[in-house]
Amino acid sequence: MSPGLYIVQQAINAVSLGSLYALVAIGLSLVFGILRMTNFAHGDMMMVGAFAALVIGAAGVPFEWALVGGIVVGALTGVIVERVAYRPVRGAADVTLLLTSLAMTYILENLGILLFTSSPHGFPIPEWLDSSYEFHDGQITFTQVNVLTVVLTGISLSLLGWFVTRTDMGLGMRAAAEDMPAAHLVGLDVNRLIVVAFALASAFAGLAGVLWAAQAGVVEPTMGFTPLLKAFVAAIIGGFGSIAGALLGGYLLGVLEVFIVAFLPSEMSPYRDAIVFTLLIAFLLFRPYGLLKTSREVKL
Amino acid sequence: MRDTAAPATPPLLSVEDLRVDYGAVRAVHGVSLNVAAGEVVALLGANGAGKSTILRTVSGLLRPRAGQIRLAGQAIHRLPPARIVRLGIAHSPEGRRVFGSLTVAENLRLGATTRSDRDKVPGDRERMYELFPILRERMRQVAGTLSGGEQQMLALARALMASPRLLLLDEPSLGIAPLIVRSIFATLAELKRQGVTMLLVEQNINVALGLADRAYVLRTGEVSLTGTAAELRDNYERVAEAYLGARQ
Repeated sequence: MSPGLYIVQQAINAVSLGSLYALVAIGLSLVFGILRMTNFAHGDMMMVGAFAALVIGAAGVPFEWALVGGIVVGALTGVIVERVAYRPVRGAADVTLLLTSLAMTYILENLGILLFTSSPHGFPIPEWLDSSYEFHDGQITFTQVNVLTVVLTGISLSLLGWFVTRTDMGLGMRAAAEDMPAAHLVGLDVNRLIVVAFALASAFAGLAGVLWAAQAGVVEPTMGFTPLLKAFVAAIIGGFGSIAGALLGGYLLGVLEVFIVAFLPSEMSPYRDAIVFTLLIAFLLFRPYGLLKTSREVKL
Repeated sequence: MRDTAAPATPPLLSVEDLRVDYGAVRAVHGVSLNVAAGEVVALLGANGAGKSTILRTVSGLLRPRAGQIRLAGQAIHRLPPARIVRLGIAHSPEGRRVFGSLTVAENLRLGATTRSDRDKVPGDRERMYELFPILRERMRQVAGTLSGGEQQMLALARALMASPRLLLLDEPSLGIAPLIVRSIFATLAELKRQGVTMLLVEQNINVALGLADRAYVLRTGEVSLTGTAAELRDNYERVAEAYLGARQ
């Protein structure tokens, strides 16, 4: 196998994986930006979205609409969680918010186990999606799911980019993330901005959940945990709270993971995560605020 | 429930017996003041006298422990900041607080988010660029890259974009080169001529009394002296005493 083609193949894998990390990481950063809160339950919106798509699909609805359903149910769940669990403790100590979101994780996962048991469920995908492309005698292969992942990530990120640079609400969200009291003073309805941030973040997680399930072929109640951890790393690499940073961090992490496995001796592969986290610690020693963020705290 | 001696038309802003705590600290205890439409009123006093606390309470960032704040007769001290902006109070905060990652034009755009008369916004933006030509030059520049004076102009313009009935200004001269301070206060004087009502917090007594019609001097959370700007300019020792009287 030619090394050039091998690298191309790995790059394709990295972009596909990185897209999922970026989708989840951006949601974490959106919420952290405006609330200064790490939403551990964010990964569970993936699970909720994936199960919603599974149930909707099982009812005979075509996959495309089941995917939309997963996004919508994910978004709604995020908004409900904000309203019933996070808003009441807003303004409390950071650790209270952190514990509330951890509690929310357990509640959602256990709810998933109650409804669907803890064993994995097969996640059927339609025929048109269940195919792959092969080039150079199979030296380069990628699946239709890979293509869908990259395309949908591209579309959602473009929409988000338009939203935060062209609309009053998107600009308001960035303003509130930068300086909450000043956002109040220009008359922004901060509560509404927070709801929109949760809706967007959770919609992205719902989408990522459906795509993740389509790639893995299974869904289970605890499926959100690993991607959450990875997205967390991605968001930190980019600079926690920065949207562009989360995007960059997501793809960097995808590249890092794929290439570590691709180029290290195969007996090292099980240590992939340990290597990635070690690199993260080393990186943070040099850039504690990530790639795209400088330390800046404001008070009033 | 009006006092019989009160004038038929209430002042634009009236603050009655305002008490505000900052955690355990009593920052303002029992301040009453008013601002008539078209008037420029200065709040003077040393650091920690409670000037900024009063502005923050008027704009709804802080809740008073007791007392009342009325805008044209309507009680506003229990309303959230967004509602207060919509009722016509814009606050240009201490330290400018422009949105540094947004452009100058985007900052101005956000200043106008509360406007219901959207059709008048472009005209007002044009007026801001005429008032502060440097902002037009820097229109597409990210606000964090502006100089302190330029950021102060932007903070002012952003507040004015709300088309307020009352402009709250907190320390517009703070940390800004004297030459720029003069230019900013010349612009404020121009705004005053156009009939903009202002409540101004300022450490620089001379500059403040040059612009204001009246002033209140605060000392440790209470009004220690009040009068017209002319009276206070003529009684400089009394102003200084009112400032520093705590150290008897």
